[in-house]
Amino acid sequence: MTTPLPATQDNALLADAGEGTAVQLQAIVKSYGGSTVLHGIDLDIAPGEFVSLLGPSGCGKTTLLRVLAGLEGSDAGVVLLGGHDVSRVPTNKRDIGMVFQSYSLFPHLRVTENTAFGLRRRGVGRADAAKRALDALALVGLEEHAGKFPHQLSGGQQQRVALARALVTEPKVLLLDEPLSALDAKVRVQLRDEIRRIQLRLGITTVFVTHDQEEALAVSDRIAVMNEGRIEQIGTPEELYGTPATASVAAFVGLSSIVAGTADGAEVEVWGRRLPLQTPSSGPVDVYLRPENVAFAEGADADARGTVEQSTFLGSIRRTVVRTDAGEHVTVQHSPRIRPEFGDAVGIRLLPEPVAARPHD
Amino acid sequence: MNALAPSRLTRWIVGILVGAFFAIPLISTFLYTLRDDKKGGYSLVHWAALFDPASASMIKPIWTGLGNSLVLSVVTVVIVLVLLAPTMILVHLRFPKLRQYFEFLALLPISIPAIVLVVGLSPIYLQIARMMGTGTWTLAFAYGITVLPFAYRAIQASIDAADLRTLAEAARTLGANWFSVVVKVLAPNIRQGLLAASLISVAVVLGEFTIASLLNRQVFQTAMVVVRNQDPYLPAIFTLLALLLVFVLLLIIGRAARGTRKARS
Repeated sequence: MTTPLPATQDNALLADAGEGTAVQLQAIVKSYGGSTVLHGIDLDIAPGEFVSLLGPSGCGKTTLLRVLAGLEGSDAGVVLLGGHDVSRVPTNKRDIGMVFQSYSLFPHLRVTENTAFGLRRRGVGRADAAKRALDALALVGLEEHAGKFPHQLSGGQQQRVALARALVTEPKVLLLDEPLSALDAKVRVQLRDEIRRIQLRLGITTVFVTHDQEEALAVSDRIAVMNEGRIEQIGTPEELYGTPATASVAAFVGLSSIVAGTADGAEVEVWGRRLPLQTPSSGPVDVYLRPENVAFAEGADADARGTVEQSTFLGSIRRTVVRTDAGEHVTVQHSPRIRPEFGDAVGIRLLPEPVAARPHD
Repeated sequence: MNALAPSRLTRWIVGILVGAFFAIPLISTFLYTLRDDKKGGYSLVHWAALFDPASASMIKPIWTGLGNSLVLSVVTVVIVLVLLAPTMILVHLRFPKLRQYFEFLALLPISIPAIVLVVGLSPIYLQIARMMGTGTWTLAFAYGITVLPFAYRAIQASIDAADLRTLAEAARTLGANWFSVVVKVLAPNIRQGLLAASLISVAVVLGEFTIASLLNRQVFQTAMVVVRNQDPYLPAIFTLLALLLVFVLLLIIGRAARGTRKARS
């Protein structure tokens, strides 16, 4: 269920939609009690851009977002909003909107009062604030719930209200701290798409923290993949998936099978076949194979042979895990018309696409 | 029924014993106030004396003491709400590592006998008397310490039940200054704890005798001792009334707590 956006002329928020504000993080360093969680992060976000911070838990993505929000101070570095240094500006004066991972609606206030909270703090009159709150609620399709208390709403509805509440003040930047992680799968996808649709329509610069690569790939203009307090790569979803800069990006973004190979500069040899490398390497390496770059093959065409361990139907495709005779597990993506059975002996071959590799430890 | 639960008979016996433990002194006191010395038997003559102009001068110290105690209750509640509650919120949000030390300090007064407290407080009250006079209300500074353990527990339970950190951060990102955060967002969400802490403080202040007596201030309990020397029945009546008042206060706490739970569920 995705509700259509209201007509522009009827909605104050849509009518005010602008170009967005540039966000720059320069050399941000943050440590807690001796352990550094952010190692001099630089990140430039264009006005109106939707950038995701993607990475495993503990990689520093939420800390970076909190530094941007002013909820955490940084040990060094500068935060610029629209070209102005806001590093020393307190959170309540930064003109940001934020949606949190846990439900953060004020339990004692009705949905409209929650939504109007930011406007009231900015000195907007009660009636005007209520009207604009209703406009924001219309944007997320919840205006008929305006009189309810948060506990009367589902988790997905609460996060929608939180989104309306964050947007109603027309902030310079929208910060989303894993807002979907507490929701069930179907609502996640709906709300994810809705966030993107509203963001595009309002043209608001947005930073989205997530550990779910599928979520990040689906909605972002660009994704910054973080690992151990550093940005490993920043690029469009296609760039990250097609040409991961490091093996850890390859491992984290999309599905990969790891097999042994021997690199000699620009190429790597896997199962006797030579494949181009995305970044040159040499010696024994772990090679990351995308499921769509491996295919079933008969007889002499096969680069390796093995037995089927598992096969999963995923609608338009099927993924089958093959255990090669050398003991490596390789995932093959293929047409659902082919239906391998557990234990079938099969041959597989590698498509000549560039692969990511990392020196074998 | 739960196999581990005691039998119905055991529960009744325990209930009756505990009930009797609390009821016997109250009933005895009540019967005592009904005793008619002149005619023998029971009558409402001592209760009627409350409204008798002839005994007005005798009762006067009690009214004065009660008035002082009520003023002290208000000042003590203000100390709890304006000093203790914001400090606890601050510790919770900004200095969580200090919580264990703060909790230890807050619970400490419960283990210090009032008489020991007074010994320490007397020189301080000499200074207070010099600066602020000897008004009875100044006792509220001492009462702020004696109610600390009770008020602390009541407020902390509410703080632990609400996710104050996220609420505060959400309010900050929406443009609220710290005063708005505390007054508009946090206080309403720990309302139940603040109410409980306030009413318990009132109950403690109304029942306090030792500190007021040793610092020579006239409060409800000290006035009762004074009046008892002339008429033993009147203090008994006031004791019952005071207990009734505290009982009503506790009922209000319970009702408020139920109301909040209902709103949340």
